[in-house]
Amino acid sequence: MDAIDVRNVTKVYRRYSRRKKFATLKSALIDGTLVGDLKPDETFPALNGVSFAVPAGITFGIVGRNGSGKSTMLKLVAGITKPTSGTVSVRGRISALIELGAGFHPEISGRENVFINGIMLGLTKKEVARRFDEIVEFAELRDFIDAPVKTYSSGMYMRLGFAVAIHVDPDVLLVDEVLAVGDEAFTHKCLDKFGEFRRRGKTILLVTHALSLVERFCDEALWLDGGRKREIGDPMRVVGAYLTAVEHGEERTLAAENSATLARVEAEGRAEPEPGTEAPAGETPAAVTSGNADEPPDHLLRAREGRWGSREVEILDVALKDRSGQLGHVFQSGDPVSVHLKVRAAQPVVDFVFGIGLFNPEGVCCYGTNTYLEELEPESFTGEAEVVFSIDALDLVEGTYKLDVAVHKMDGYPYDYHRLLYTFRVKSRAHDVGIYRPRHRWTFVGDVKLKHRATSDGGAAEAGPASGRTEA
Amino acid sequence: MLANLRNLVRYRGLVQSLVARELKARYRGSVLGFFWSFINPLLLLLIYSFVFSFVIERGESDLEPYALFMFCGILPWTWFSSSLSESASVLMTGGNLIKKVLFPAEVLPIVTVLANMVHFLLGLPILVIFLLYYKPVPPVLELVWFPVVVLVQLVLTLGLALVLSALTVHFRDIKDILANVLTFWFFATPIIYSMPQVPGRAHWMLNLNPFTHLAITYQEILFYDGPVGHWRWLLALGAGSVGLFLLGYFVFDRLRDSFAEEV
Repeated sequence: MDAIDVRNVTKVYRRYSRRKKFATLKSALIDGTLVGDLKPDETFPALNGVSFAVPAGITFGIVGRNGSGKSTMLKLVAGITKPTSGTVSVRGRISALIELGAGFHPEISGRENVFINGIMLGLTKKEVARRFDEIVEFAELRDFIDAPVKTYSSGMYMRLGFAVAIHVDPDVLLVDEVLAVGDEAFTHKCLDKFGEFRRRGKTILLVTHALSLVERFCDEALWLDGGRKREIGDPMRVVGAYLTAVEHGEERTLAAENSATLARVEAEGRAEPEPGTEAPAGETPAAVTSGNADEPPDHLLRAREGRWGSREVEILDVALKDRSGQLGHVFQSGDPVSVHLKVRAAQPVVDFVFGIGLFNPEGVCCYGTNTYLEELEPESFTGEAEVVFSIDALDLVEGTYKLDVAVHKMDGYPYDYHRLLYTFRVKSRAHDVGIYRPRHRWTFVGDVKLKHRATSDGGAAEAGPASGRTEA
Repeated sequence: MLANLRNLVRYRGLVQSLVARELKARYRGSVLGFFWSFINPLLLLLIYSFVFSFVIERGESDLEPYALFMFCGILPWTWFSSSLSESASVLMTGGNLIKKVLFPAEVLPIVTVLANMVHFLLGLPILVIFLLYYKPVPPVLELVWFPVVVLVQLVLTLGLALVLSALTVHFRDIKDILANVLTFWFFATPIIYSMPQVPGRAHWMLNLNPFTHLAITYQEILFYDGPVGHWRWLLALGAGSVGLFLLGYFVFDRLRDSFAEEV
């Protein structure tokens, strides 16, 4: 039996083109557009023909990027808004954890608010009274329950809201991204509570960006994209498909960003006279130092993107490629990556150094090197050539990185210096921290038992920070 | 609509606790607290008495004691006007509930009207004290009409509050228009003057004003001696108010689905 049945649902929102949002009775009467203003002229479909059914007793996740219609769907299921077309039917009592503590009155005490909120959510006064102690216990607000709610911190406020909503004892629980309400311990408590709901055969509809939660917790998942259903079914598969699409999207954004940066720097370079051609201090790897005379000194600390140099040797093109030689901007941590430089020497040169630098978003140089440092003496270079810098394994943690490439003389005199012009992303399933991820593995000697979390049966509570991490 | 109306009965627990909350929250933190419910009308009474007894000469009239006469009209008027001006914005201030929780929106204007009614009732003891002071023999028979006039006013106010709250969601300037309309309305009602003082040719205009009949009934019950002669008007107004309430509820119900998006 289905607890939630959504059939071919479309939800159209109005969009107000001529500042109609602020249309007033006066203007409506004067212009005689009263009727027109009440009719949507420009519309925006937040959901477009979506159908799905959630069998009773399962936990169902909805994923998708911002604006994909997840929250609209939740509001439709909750009955807060009505679909423009199609039907939504829900069996049993619903409790929606959409906005926690909506309807709390700041001036009155937590105790009174619990009662009123409970009644708003469909309980009777007696039912609230029976659950009152449990609610306060769950919210961890025993000492503050008689203080006015306006004196609560936002965490306390949310906890109380959550506690009331979860104790309504619904048959269908709708959850919208509310697990971020408390500290780590409270989040675990919430997850435990969800687990208890599952065991008692209640239906949970979960909207979240925490994909690992969907994988661990949900029996089924739906991926909404631009108001349409993209995938539905096994959460692992749906989340995987979603992640792949996100990567493709990022890939496109980064490619566009890189060419935009390049174009801007080019334009700036043409507008101003060639920035200083004086030699920087040393033959350090690209961009570790930049003693360019025209550069204000603070640029040393606040590295900003740019391009300069005499262009006697020019870097015509920079490309990042993955293991199969495909151009890319998004890589998995640990994957092989190569940087391809297309260079041209207008005149034959004998003094040249190729350099490369990797920077993290904080501007910290993760790695830098050049051909000179690696004891490669330049001999000669004429015409066009390709320089490939291959990384066997990109052992960086997840994040957005920038790339410096340069060709200069051994004394640092720049031919062509591209500073922070190329952006790429490193993705990783493990959210470890730092910059560099050394190849590693965990081994345990003695009576220590761990199991891999992904294969455990959704056990929500055992999420200690380093308890089960065994990836190599 | 009928099903929704039936639901209203189910929400009475919610309405009850929200009214209680409204009353508790209103004076929370003030030193005098609930006494403001008494003090406010008392101060209002003093101001009007001062203006119309000392500043402006009224000459001979049968409206003595004038303070008591005025008080009979001002107390219900305050209930009426604050209910309307508050309910005009109540859906916006309660927007969070409508947007984020499955919440019967009509509860909000209803709570506003009821909370103001409780204030009105709390102001009555002042009136009773004045009454006992000036008229040691209370008009017991006429007091039978008192619950009737209160009920008629309640239904009328609810109907207007429902329409206003629903329309203000779409046209925000109703709030400002209403403030001015209410000022005009106050002076177009026999509250600070009495009906006999009005020239006969203007009577038909005042009779079109529903609050005229409420004010006159209050005055006949509490101020004038003799039987309540205005009851026909009152009952007619009562019937009209029920019609208005149904119309108001109909409008509200029709616009209900737009609230979550427009608020």
